[in-house]
Amino acid sequence: MDHFPGTWGRPRNDVYGAYDPSYLQSTGPKTHTTSPAVTGTSVVGVKFNGGVALATDNLASYGSLARFTDTKRLRVFGDQAVVGFGGDVSDMQYLDRLLESIDIRENYSSHGNMLNAKNLHTYLAKVFYKRRSEFNPLWNHVLVAGFDGEGKPFLSSADLLGTTFSAPHLATGFGAHLAVPILRRLFPEEKPIEEISREEAVDALKQCLKVLFYRDARSLDKYSIAVITKEGIDLKEDEQLEGQSWAFAERIKGYGAQTV
Amino acid sequence: MTSLMDHQARETVGYSFSESTAGVKQHGFYPYTDNGGSTLGITGSDFAILAGDTRSTSGYNINSRMVPKVFKIGGDDETGEGANIILSVVGFAADGTALKERLDTVVKMYKYQHGKPMSVSACAQRLSTILYQKRFFPYYVHAILAGLDEEGKGALYSYDPVGSYEREQCRAAGAAASLIMPFLDNQVNFKNQYIPGSGEGHALVAKKPEPLPLETVKGLVRDAFTSAVERHIEVGDNLQMVIITKAGIEEVYHPLKKD
Repeated sequence: MDHFPGTWGRPRNDVYGAYDPSYLQSTGPKTHTTSPAVTGTSVVGVKFNGGVALATDNLASYGSLARFTDTKRLRVFGDQAVVGFGGDVSDMQYLDRLLESIDIRENYSSHGNMLNAKNLHTYLAKVFYKRRSEFNPLWNHVLVAGFDGEGKPFLSSADLLGTTFSAPHLATGFGAHLAVPILRRLFPEEKPIEEISREEAVDALKQCLKVLFYRDARSLDKYSIAVITKEGIDLKEDEQLEGQSWAFAERIKGYGAQTV
Repeated sequence: MTSLMDHQARETVGYSFSESTAGVKQHGFYPYTDNGGSTLGITGSDFAILAGDTRSTSGYNINSRMVPKVFKIGGDDETGEGANIILSVVGFAADGTALKERLDTVVKMYKYQHGKPMSVSACAQRLSTILYQKRFFPYYVHAILAGLDEEGKGALYSYDPVGSYEREQCRAAGAAASLIMPFLDNQVNFKNQYIPGSGEGHALVAKKPEPLPLETVKGLVRDAFTSAVERHIEVGDNLQMVIITKAGIEEVYHPLKKD
């Protein structure tokens, strides 16, 4: 506590840095998104025998403020693909409208919507790349899950720069640090995805979300999970993390004002 | 950046609303990233090899262990069948993919319009033009193009990000280029190698470079990468080798260390 009432109740400058007043700017020229505003954190995904599972938590943060706690960050496309969004929520909603319009247009065509997850991923990556090339990026990192043209499980990533990559398990944001090592240990490379059951995959994702909730300060214990198989998409959007153990928290000492 | 620094200097009390209503926020968006990895190309009298590791990184993270960097140009989209040119790209992967797709389209259009496959030298010049067209917002990649020339000899062209290019016998590019290139200078072009007993001091006769047989070159490529993996953290996982001969294009993968 200092002697300046104007600073009371604000994040400490010496800890968090000075508040960036440019956020409050209301005049000036037209600007593009140069930083995200309301954001979602990690997306985690894993392939299994006959499908793909994808999960996110339901939080949309405004900086360090947990702003919206029931945000659906998994969006269904057609009947065989799901996109998990991390990053800016308004850009996610824009992309969702874009994908919705494609889905509607495809469904009105004579052949119906034949776009699979691989096609969708290619399209999204190109949208991201085009926008970054115009210096007007869509501030997201997404995972696309579903099936490719040959009917094999498909999981791939695309980010705001248009960078793409694919792997048997993927995670964005904080998950790239915390969830990927868990997934790589549970499902090592020499183990083919045919040996991973749906239950194993779902349990692994729940475990990842729990670890993320423990250590990612911008995360939540309410989450969404989608399981995509040939039978269809099983999407649950109002799940609660179970079996939390905060026993370890007692041993954590020495942060902030606490000195003992 | 500057405006933020200024603000920091003027700061006295942490009011969030009083200061700097003037001053326009600068673009903070940097449109490039480095996805690491390394590539290498060597030619012989009747073949050319392009090789690259398959690791994709961002910072200290490994994005994926299987992202190939060598592509067949002008062939079938899925299988690459019918191609007679290969391209490797290393640097910013999104630009690499975009560049590959543009060149692939160009080579296909050439075939449809002229009724014959594009020669490697023509493709090499075209790639330079494509890169230079984006001189002031470059494709952040080091490209290597390879194929067989009109005489059936191995042809290899290397590029900088803005399109300067040169035909060479061998070239390493990417994260571990500085580790691999001196090895290639010595083992392919026989730099700093002299014929034993041919003289004293300046009279020593340098060993003349000559095209190497395919098996020797394959060995050099594998040695170059196993060594690069030991000393560079952005290189590893798998080695992709694409060999182009008059019989066609052969693609092989070998495991590398995954640490």
